[in-house]
Amino acid sequence: MLRFLPLAVFVVLVAFFLAGLELDSRLVPSPLLNKPAPAFHLSALDADTPPVDSEKLQGQVWLLNVWASWCVACRAEHAFIQRLAGEGAYIVGLNYKDENAAAKEWLQTWQNPYQQIAVDRSGEVGLDWGVYGVPETFVIDAAGVIRYKHVGPINEEDLQQTIRPLLVKLRAELDA
Amino acid sequence: MKILGAIILFLCGSVLSAAAIELTDDLTPPQEIRYRALAEELRCLVCQNQSLADSDADLASDMRAVVRRMIKAGNSNDEIKQFMTERYGDFVLYRPPFNAATLLLWIFPFVVLVLGFFTVYGMARRRRIQLSAADKQRARALLDEVGEAQESQAPPPPL
Repeated sequence: MLRFLPLAVFVVLVAFFLAGLELDSRLVPSPLLNKPAPAFHLSALDADTPPVDSEKLQGQVWLLNVWASWCVACRAEHAFIQRLAGEGAYIVGLNYKDENAAAKEWLQTWQNPYQQIAVDRSGEVGLDWGVYGVPETFVIDAAGVIRYKHVGPINEEDLQQTIRPLLVKLRAELDA
Repeated sequence: MKILGAIILFLCGSVLSAAAIELTDDLTPPQEIRYRALAEELRCLVCQNQSLADSDADLASDMRAVVRRMIKAGNSNDEIKQFMTERYGDFVLYRPPFNAATLLLWIFPFVVLVLGFFTVYGMARRRRIQLSAADKQRARALLDEVGEAQESQAPPPPL
């Protein structure tokens, strides 16, 4: 029996390595998941609109999309953010370490999917939310708890298999 | 010569990569020492195999600024580490704490050590030759024979 021990160890190691290949080491699990979303109070990108206050978003399901005009991957996910907005999702944009003029121009060129846009010039709110790779997207439930965090651009698969079902579930929770 | 050149290049590289941390004039010397130690112990999230001290990334410089600010505000090292872990998880610490998620990481080397000990012990035991009673008797008889032969050949006792 002991004769097969090296083989067993080898098989276990191979299984670990194979699983390791599937893991993306750039994805760091967020400690904020299932915790209350950090509060913020930031001025809006459009000076004519009132400041963005996270407390006022309580009671509804919303998304926080961290983006910037300098962020190439944000362009890639823009179509999907736009689609979510079209489906009635309440999306708050966190304009991260950007120039206001450049951000406004970006929105004019590619359309604005956001209900509100908060300006985080210094990246301080980003730090509170544990942002490390723009774009990032958070889904916050009606109780103000972060239920999902996505690092990197959202693609078709993320939209269909994760975000949309979660939004449906959270809305059902809210209606119940 | 080529090897020497490569070594010198390698050393230069390591000096350059350690130069991301900025000089500060707003901290007292003891605070500066704490700041540098913390920057070495916290990991940059963007370039994941570099510490805050080594990383040139924008986020690393922001995080270093937070560390400096918290040191100046009188926060302890533990408070600063907690601040970072609350936002970025245990990943931000180069020395992971002992908890449920890191249990395997911490105890696995010891498990392997114990397993190795038992494996070697088992192998050593199996190598020991087991003699049956008959074999033992034969061996004894042979040894006695040799002993007697040696005695008969033994030199005469000294005078």
